[in-house]
Order: sequence, then structure tokens, then C-alpha cells
Amino acid sequence: MMSIWIYARNLVVGLWVVFKRTFTKPVTVQYPEERPYLPPRWRGRIVLTRDPDGEERCVACYLCSAACPVDCIALQAADNPEAHERRYPEFFRINFSRCIYCGMCEEACPTNAIQLIPDFEQSEYARRNLVYEKEDLLISGTGKYHDYNFYRVAGVRTCDKDKGQGANEFPPVDVRSLMP
Amino acid sequence: MIDWSHTAVTIAVILGSCLTLAGMLIWLERRLLGVWQERYGPNRLGPGGCLQSLADMIKIFTKEDWVPPFADKAVFVITPAIVVITSLMSFAVVPVAPDFVVADLNVGVLFFLAMSSLAAYSVIIGGWASNNKFAFLGSLRAIAQLLSYEVFMGLSLMGAVLLAGSFNLSDIVEAQRHQWFVIPQFFGFLCFFMAGLAEAHRTPFDMPEAEAELVAGYHSEYSGMKFGMFFVGEYLSILLLSAMTVILFFGGWHGPWLPPAVWFALKMFGFIVLIILIRATWPRFRFDQLLTFGWKVVMPLALINLLLTGGIVLWKAGSPELLTMVP
Repeated sequence: MMSIWIYARNLVVGLWVVFKRTFTKPVTVQYPEERPYLPPRWRGRIVLTRDPDGEERCVACYLCSAACPVDCIALQAADNPEAHERRYPEFFRINFSRCIYCGMCEEACPTNAIQLIPDFEQSEYARRNLVYEKEDLLISGTGKYHDYNFYRVAGVRTCDKDKGQGANEFPPVDVRSLMP
Repeated sequence: MIDWSHTAVTIAVILGSCLTLAGMLIWLERRLLGVWQERYGPNRLGPGGCLQSLADMIKIFTKEDWVPPFADKAVFVITPAIVVITSLMSFAVVPVAPDFVVADLNVGVLFFLAMSSLAAYSVIIGGWASNNKFAFLGSLRAIAQLLSYEVFMGLSLMGAVLLAGSFNLSDIVEAQRHQWFVIPQFFGFLCFFMAGLAEAHRTPFDMPEAEAELVAGYHSEYSGMKFGMFFVGEYLSILLLSAMTVILFFGGWHGPWLPPAVWFALKMFGFIVLIILIRATWPRFRFDQLLTFGWKVVMPLALINLLLTGGIVLWKAGSPELLTMVP
């Protein structure tokens, strides 16, 4: 008999607990008008960045393509005869209908060229429009790393410096002079 | 002499407001469920989203009017109309304000009970005609539910009828001028409200639909406007349940200061909100639990309530000074 009263009380208490929610504010973010805050490291749309000199950072090493768990990155390396045979991607294609935004490509990239940015609004009416070519991916800025310039620290000869003249670099040593 | 123009206006007003309110109720329910789940409901179309039902209606009208090839076509098509027609017919006897009722029948309570029982047929034959196992299970549950609530629904009303001494709903409201029947008839009210929830297929007695278990129960196979009719019928029966509760136990149009129709609408709104709150809170019964509960708990409770009420009415009638109070 007591249990009936406990059940009845619990039913009414349940009603009251739900009714109290009338006076709380909804947690919904009303998306098109209100935008959620996306942290700078949020993994969204993938871009290809440029170094501070305005040159492409990508050296077409294929590491992003190899690291990609869903194989959505395709590129073709080529040498640029006008810039000391510098490697660059002839085409660079990301299929965003496959991409899982895991950020493995960004981790693999030795030159900080490929970066994920806080943008998720990539809806398209046709699936083929989700295949981004190099001109869609390449941005004019440096992305998250403003001062990083791969060729300044890479220790290779470029158009305006020789080996050993880069940042944090010593002049090359003639190994034959290192006698005991 | 019946004033035909008055009757025509009453019919137009009640029919129009019932159908509009049933549409608005869909929006209200979604909004309130949203509020109680800490989100917004539909809030885009119109002020506060109140035109959502209109958009839903336009969408549902443009849908293909499809009858499954394995269904019993004639019955399948007729069924959604039955639930709406019977629910609307019940509103004929609902007195909204003094002298504002379509048919002031002297057996209004019985008419209401008959119509609500007929509405149950739409659920049963709708599920049967669909020829689908989920719809069939929904129908089976509806029958089990019907067997449990129909008996004590009638009995729970009889206390109010005894106190008022009339089957006429206007007389019952008039008898509550000084005291609402919910006070002497509290258990009658509880039993009736429970039966009404079962009759309207609302949580916690929504086993015939049971979205979580039976797809959509008896209307699994229905789509387009035929589904819309079932939906409107369900909300009409919510309106009817709250209207009847107000009339039988909460003094109908009686209340200070405000006009009678406003009091009626306010009380009805309170019950509609309560019904939605119950949906937002309580889980669903099993149908064997409802059967057990209906026959072993509520039925004896309604009988004892009826017995005591009858005894008290007779006892009061026995004393000459109270004889005038009981017709």
C-alpha cells in the first residue's frame, strides 16, 4: 500500500521536475543567426598556405597523401625550372566528400603547407563540387604559422642564398678537413 | 423553436475553432516539448513559429496519396475520416458558454461516450485494413486498451451525473456554480482523466502508436493527408478530453470577472498543457499493465466512488431542507 503512494509521489515529482524547465534557457545555438565559437585549432576545411615571401609552401612530398587514412588527397609533384628545380605540386586535389577531417595530413606536413582551418560550412548541392582543386585550396596567407619559411631553415640552396646561409645554420664543413 | 441562424453561427464557430486549435495544438505541443527539453521547438514560420502547422499542412497536401497494394482499399481510405468525424461530432454537445452549444442534448454525456467509443473503431480497423504487422499489433493493443478504459470511463462520469441529476452537459455545468465537482468527485476526476488519456492514445497510454516499438503503430501505412487526418483526430481528442474534464469536474464556464467563454478556454488550456507535460515526463505502460491497472485498481475505485456518491445523494435527498438542492 505504501508503494502506491511512493509511485504516485514520484509521478508528480517527475512532472514538477520537467515543468521547472519552463524557466531555464534553451541550450540551442540558433545556427544561421548565432554562430558557435570555433577555436583556432578547430579541424575544418583544408587549405594550402604560402610562406611569408608569398611562395607556395607545398613541396609535393606526398606525405599528406600517404598519411591520409581515407586516401582523399591526390597530387602530382613537378620541378620548377625557373626556381632552382624547386618541387611543387602540379595538381593538388582533395575530395572533401571522403575527407574525415582527422588532421593527419597537417601533422605529416614537413613544411606547414597543408592546414585545417575553423570552417565547416562546405555544403554543396552536387557531390562533385566537393572535389577541391589546387586553386580552391591555395590561400594567399600563411595560415597558422606566420613566420615559418621552410626554405630559410631547410639548408638547401635557393635563388637568393647558398648552403649554410639560412637561419640557424653553420657554413658547410669540408669533411675531408676533419682530420684527427 | 430552434433559432437556425444562431445554430449555424455556433456550428461555424465551433467547427472553425476546433480545426484551427487542433492545428495550433500540434505547434503548441512541439514548442512546449522543446521548452521542457531545453531547446526551442519550431520557431521559424510566423511569430514564435505559430504558422508551422500551416507549412506542415501544405507539405502534407503535396504528398502522394498512396494506398498500399496489400491493404483493404475501401476501409483503408474511410478510416481516417471516422476519427475526425466522431471527434468533431462530440464537440456538438460541448457547452462553451451559456446558450453557446450546437446541440443541447438531454443525453449529452451518453452521446460523448458513444462518439469516443466510435473513434476507437478507426484505430482498430485502420490497423486491420493496413495489413501490416506493426499496424496490426497497434490495433491489438488498441483493443486491449479499449477493454480496460471504456468501462471505468463511463462509471467515473456517473458521479458527476448523479450530483447534477442530469445527463445534459449544460445542466452539469450549471450545477457547479457554487462548487466544482472535482472536490466531491476527486477520484471520479482521476479515473476519468486516466480513461481520457487512454482514449486519446496519449502518453502514458499511447501503446497503439508506440513510436519506439511499432514504427507508428496503427497508422504505420498511412501517409499524406490520410496520416494528417489521424494526426488532427488525435489532437481533436485532446481538445475534447480537456473540454470534457473542464465541463464535468472544473465548473465549465464558471469563473469570476472574465466572460464565460474565456474561462472555459483558459481552463481547457491548462489541461492541454498538463497533457503535454505528462507526455514530456512519463514513460509508456505496457498494455497488460493497463489492463491489470484498469480492471483491478481503477474499476473498483470508480465503483466505490459511484456507490458512495449515490449514497450521499440519497442521504441528502432524505433530509427535507436539502431536498430542494437535489433535482
